[in-house]
Amino acid sequence: MTEGKSVFIRQLRAICGEDMITDTARLRVYETDGLTARKQTPWIVVLPSTVTQVQAIVQLCNAQGIPVVARGAGTGLSGGAMPHSEGVLLSLAKFNRILEVNEAELRARVQPGVTNLSISDAVSHLGLYYAPDPSSQIACTIGGNVAENSGGVHCLKYGLTVHNVIKLKIVSPAGELYELGSDAMDAPGFDLLAVMHGSEGMLGIVVEVTVKLLPKPPAICVVLAAFAEVEAAATSVGKIIGSGILPAGLEMMDQLAIEAVEAYVHAGYPTDSAALLLCELDGNQLELEAQHQKLTGILDNNGASKIFTAWEETDRLRLWQGRKSAFPAVGRISPDYYCMDGTIPRRELPQVLTAISELSRTFSLPVANVFHAGDGNLHPLILYDANKQDELQRAEALGARILELCIASGGTITGEHGVGVEKIDQMCIQFSADELQLFHGVKSSFDEYGTLNPGKAVPTLSRCAEFGAMHVHSGAEKHPNLERF
Amino acid sequence: MDTTDILQAEVSHALADGIPLWIRGGNSKAFYGNPAVAACRELDTQSHTGVIDYVPEELMIRVRSGTPLFEVQKLLDENGQMLPFEPPDFGGKATIGGVVAAGLSGPRRPWSGAVRDFVLGVTLLTGQAKVLSFGGQVMKNVAGYDVSRLVVGAMGTLGLILDISLKVLPRPESEVTLRVCPDDFRYRINKLFGASIGLSAHAYLEKNLYIRVNDKSGIDGDILDNSLWHKINNHQLPVLQHGRNLWRISVPQSASEYLTQASVIEWGGALRWVADPTDDPHQIITTGHATLFRSSDAMQRNRFHPLDPVVARIHRNLKQHFDPRGIFNPDRLTWRSSADQYSH
Repeated sequence: MTEGKSVFIRQLRAICGEDMITDTARLRVYETDGLTARKQTPWIVVLPSTVTQVQAIVQLCNAQGIPVVARGAGTGLSGGAMPHSEGVLLSLAKFNRILEVNEAELRARVQPGVTNLSISDAVSHLGLYYAPDPSSQIACTIGGNVAENSGGVHCLKYGLTVHNVIKLKIVSPAGELYELGSDAMDAPGFDLLAVMHGSEGMLGIVVEVTVKLLPKPPAICVVLAAFAEVEAAATSVGKIIGSGILPAGLEMMDQLAIEAVEAYVHAGYPTDSAALLLCELDGNQLELEAQHQKLTGILDNNGASKIFTAWEETDRLRLWQGRKSAFPAVGRISPDYYCMDGTIPRRELPQVLTAISELSRTFSLPVANVFHAGDGNLHPLILYDANKQDELQRAEALGARILELCIASGGTITGEHGVGVEKIDQMCIQFSADELQLFHGVKSSFDEYGTLNPGKAVPTLSRCAEFGAMHVHSGAEKHPNLERF
Repeated sequence: MDTTDILQAEVSHALADGIPLWIRGGNSKAFYGNPAVAACRELDTQSHTGVIDYVPEELMIRVRSGTPLFEVQKLLDENGQMLPFEPPDFGGKATIGGVVAAGLSGPRRPWSGAVRDFVLGVTLLTGQAKVLSFGGQVMKNVAGYDVSRLVVGAMGTLGLILDISLKVLPRPESEVTLRVCPDDFRYRINKLFGASIGLSAHAYLEKNLYIRVNDKSGIDGDILDNSLWHKINNHQLPVLQHGRNLWRISVPQSASEYLTQASVIEWGGALRWVADPTDDPHQIITTGHATLFRSSDAMQRNRFHPLDPVVARIHRNLKQHFDPRGIFNPDRLTWRSSADQYSH
């Protein structure tokens, strides 16, 4: 180790004391997040427990040009928390306290390492909850949710993380502590609070989060509808939304996913169907009954072969348990799977699903579909075996083709999992050189020296040139309204 | 009609001769924001109109910025949908671009969300005369930084919005406006917020409490016309028209500031309109912010709340990247910091 490096480690130890890891065996724990295909051992891991420590760590790294990668629970699916080989991995795991619940004004102030579900658990006795519910909600942290702008099955009606966080306390790369957003309903100046959401830890270190709480709806039901044709299920999605019903959740699964889930959790899904929809309705009893009648009518008219309504909580939770277990369930039937996250306009669902099954045949890899149909947010799961020659490469190539299909259908490469390292090349397809350049401008407006999570989320122009997919809008300035993505 | 070419040429012209541009849509909010610091040329967006894409099942509408707000609202209404943030139209001339640039939301905001919550994507003409697209037409999108929401409320200082994609929602089936018996608004609001009555508007003025709820709420009160909310939203009530200076005070619902002096209290207490306060709201408000919303002195500067010094620095940096030559709306939105607020 060079002298400079050992001086740095001594300085860092002066801040962190024992809350620091430098031995290889323990560092290996942090080598990957939820995207396990990509691994990198960090140089150093620090686990501070006070905001003052975070300020000092970040300031030190920034001054010496050492990269800092923030990490919550490491459940992210795009490699956003993948460590830097010459950098400090800043774990916020010790920031795990709920600081304040304001029942009158329906908000909670929490530390970033608090898990998503524990917020709802902590306010449940008040009849309140925190709405965004990513499938990993038992483990994922609210700080990570902010970094990725996480969604979940209820965001069609209740919004994403950006709609449910009202204030952030942030440490700048220079170590300054500042706030964005407000306990009031708006804040002066540019909406930097929104920009911080989904910024993948590249603009600042979030050290405190104030979330909005909602009263639990008085009545809820979940409708399961089975279909003999995938297309009929996909078409029903548009019909439901177009009818004026705003479901709390609207999810779809295809046969491969249904079979995997049924074998795993016995949710009572009809395994002989090509596709099923799960539709949650909520509101007061009168509203709910009227909406339920309308919904079942639409499902009937669009070829549902079986309709089952769960009015009781136990039935409802069983149906949702199946959906939320879909990823691990698929994990049981295949040695490995690769989860995609493209979003498309709902009207494109039938065509895109057909195209995905064609791609699946071309690449000779099965694809299970389980996704947020109401949002048009697809999660094709590509099944492969990393131990078989070239299957990982084929899975990645198939994934890339699916993302390109999403862009071509007027959608985006990532709805809620983030770009991270995984989809960085596809950014070159979705955005022009000038647009990427402006993203780098946004980054440097917050982080002048590029200290925070370098190399993620926004590709450099030279990387795009190498990838060979730089999307040059020749003449685009003359036709700005041309549909591009 | 798509007039991107013309607007782009105007920006190139400004870059060439150094005369900045003052963006103007329907001119309905000319009173809002700081007056220009330099002589500007007006950049009129009113010819850049039209709905680019609207399929009701998608809950999304994409419109050019010069399109009048009332046309967008009419189209949505015909399809049983609405802009959930209920923007003010100030005399009926507002354009959708101005609505997004000003970022002002109406009575439904505490329950449905603000303008920024419904912006899915924008096409922006930058201060370097480039046409760039951010976000998209889908509900969920985390590719790249959220530039679409960044321009909401930026008052045109980051560039000219060419078109906007907005999430829309089904219109509630039937709502009714009630005047409920005079009471302490805070007591009432705590009871009302938690109840499942479809509460979608709330205002306390002249010692009366007005609410909008669904018509099956079971709440007693005098039934009034729903048009009350349009009048409040657009400052058509006399109580919002007197005085030289009207301040918009945005605070946590239970804050104590200006509780008795406010002419109108909306949003369950979070929004307070105060005419001619005797003190300086910028100094009084500690949590939240104050804006000099209307002033009889057109040259009155520093209307917006001072920012934290770090936040102010980020504002300056962003402006440098979006509009390096300062072509758009010079000083209409300021980012002075609290550290230097009284030095000039």
